Amino acid sequence: MKAIAMHSTPMARTQAHWLWLAPLVLLIALLAGTAIGETSIPVDTILKVLANHLLGADYAVDRIDAGIIWNYRLSRAIVASCCGATLALAGVVLQALLRNPLADPYLMGISAGASTGAVAVTVAGLGAGAFTLSAGAFAGAGLAFGLVVLLAHAASSGTGGGRSTQAAGAIILAGIAGSQLFNALTAFIITKSASAEQARGIMFWLLGNLSGVRWDDAAIAFPAALGGLLICLWHRRALDAFTFGADSAASMGIAVRPTRGLLIIAVALVTAIMVSIVGAIGFVGLVIPHAMRFIVGTQHTRLVPASALAGAVFLIGSDILSRTLVPGQVLPIGVITSLIGAPAFALILVRGTRAQ
Amino acid sequence: MKLTAEQLGWSVHGRTLLEDVFLDVAPGQTFGLIGPNGSGKTTLLRLLAGLNKPKKGHVRIDGQPLAKMRQRHIAQSVALVEQQAETTDRIYVREVVALGRTPFLSALHPWSTHDDAIVGQALDDVDMAHMAGRLWHTLSGGERQRVHIARALAQQPKILLLDEPTNHLDIRHQLSILELIRQLPITVVISLHDLNQAMECDRIGVMDGGRLIASGQPHDVLTAQRLQETFGVHAHVLDDPVDGKRIMRFRSAVIPPSYSAGG
Repeated sequence: MKAIAMHSTPMARTQAHWLWLAPLVLLIALLAGTAIGETSIPVDTILKVLANHLLGADYAVDRIDAGIIWNYRLSRAIVASCCGATLALAGVVLQALLRNPLADPYLMGISAGASTGAVAVTVAGLGAGAFTLSAGAFAGAGLAFGLVVLLAHAASSGTGGGRSTQAAGAIILAGIAGSQLFNALTAFIITKSASAEQARGIMFWLLGNLSGVRWDDAAIAFPAALGGLLICLWHRRALDAFTFGADSAASMGIAVRPTRGLLIIAVALVTAIMVSIVGAIGFVGLVIPHAMRFIVGTQHTRLVPASALAGAVFLIGSDILSRTLVPGQVLPIGVITSLIGAPAFALILVRGTRAQ
Repeated sequence: MKLTAEQLGWSVHGRTLLEDVFLDVAPGQTFGLIGPNGSGKTTLLRLLAGLNKPKKGHVRIDGQPLAKMRQRHIAQSVALVEQQAETTDRIYVREVVALGRTPFLSALHPWSTHDDAIVGQALDDVDMAHMAGRLWHTLSGGERQRVHIARALAQQPKILLLDEPTNHLDIRHQLSILELIRQLPITVVISLHDLNQAMECDRIGVMDGGRLIASGQPHDVLTAQRLQETFGVHAHVLDDPVDGKRIMRFRSAVIPPSYSAGG
């Protein structure tokens, strides 16, 4: 008994440290995202601009510098952090609920649907200019998600409402089928009506693009990310209870269908919001949760905040790289996340197997 | 807690898996569930645990119908050890057992030292305390089964349902787990394949083709004729000269008519 008690204390202590550090790390990342860029701006100028806006101070700063820092870089860093946190959380939730390590936020057809919606508006001219690309992407993501849910429901209802574990398999298969359908629709629209220039623009957007991001985007992204985080934290024990599958969760008092339904709809909604703002940034939702499981363990009390923080910091960092790696050119952020994410994922796999 | 089932029925795709089951387990009793493969033991246990809502009839605990209770409320009284429950997560043994406290935790009742003590006791009960810091995937099948039982014990259930819990265990741990279960002052329903182990239950029920075809005292139910009809084996029932307890010796499988036709 004594040995056990000693074993559990250090874990609790690390967690306490961690929660203290989290806002600090995020703050440093946001500052870095604001400070680093093609135009080099001294740190004291940045702090002065922030003080002017946040604390009502009245330092004299260059107007162009102030504009770059406040309207361009800071809003962009905030949206990047919200998006990274949301994608990582969506990965955590879907991997936990569906008991599949390959589950990622786009599993439910969201990125495929968003791309169809985006090309329907921009290329096919749906709505005759009444919709923005973001609105089209959001509507497409919602449509694809709804279709996947209906398909999954139809596929699993044959099991007589029991065996909830089979429902998880049905969701994954329905997601694959739905994604294929919407990807085909996207390809169809592009090949039928898009010019080469439009096709390139769409591809750039699909890989993730933070360039046009401003404060009104941050005003949508921040509440969405915060809401997603709070819902996940509230259900952290339910997520733990799914460790041995849905039946086991039910036997430990989790109302499986309503809980799983609520969580999946919530993460699908916030993911669709992020995708409609910045496009479908890959690998964050898949890699960050796995990386965090190695560092903080599988318990969602730690995994949920750790993944949100790591996702946020990772995406701010990727955004900095995407802006500075090739001088004079902004790379799609999804290229960076995949270039870092794929080898990182491989490393996690190899080291993980060795540690076992 | 008293556990009863009335006229219980369950079917999937129009195929009846359970039909007209009446069950009455008194508080503190250990009820053994036996029957050949596919006879409906697991289905019955799932209905008793509230994992599936019965298509016919009712399950009641202390007279209250399970179908009207919230899942969390059920889990505060009823625990289930499934036959197979696996994970690929890198989870520690102690964390698995701690999952058993889930139905008692909420924002207002966070994890406390009381929960730590319950988890420690459950680990001790199944002889796994020394492995509390091990990762799940490093355990053998039998060790995993014992951890699952500890997890169910950490729920501090008033009714414990076990689906063939001794399947992967070595003989020493089979006997110690059964001894532990018998000594628990709670209501237990346990499905078993080893008929000699079933003899140790307070009462047993025999399942066949989705029906509970007999129940009562073990030595009244497990007769040579029953073994031949339901389980398809020729057996002797003997008295152990050491303690006078009844044991069964299985001699051969009953040869189905299609085999003996000599085609």
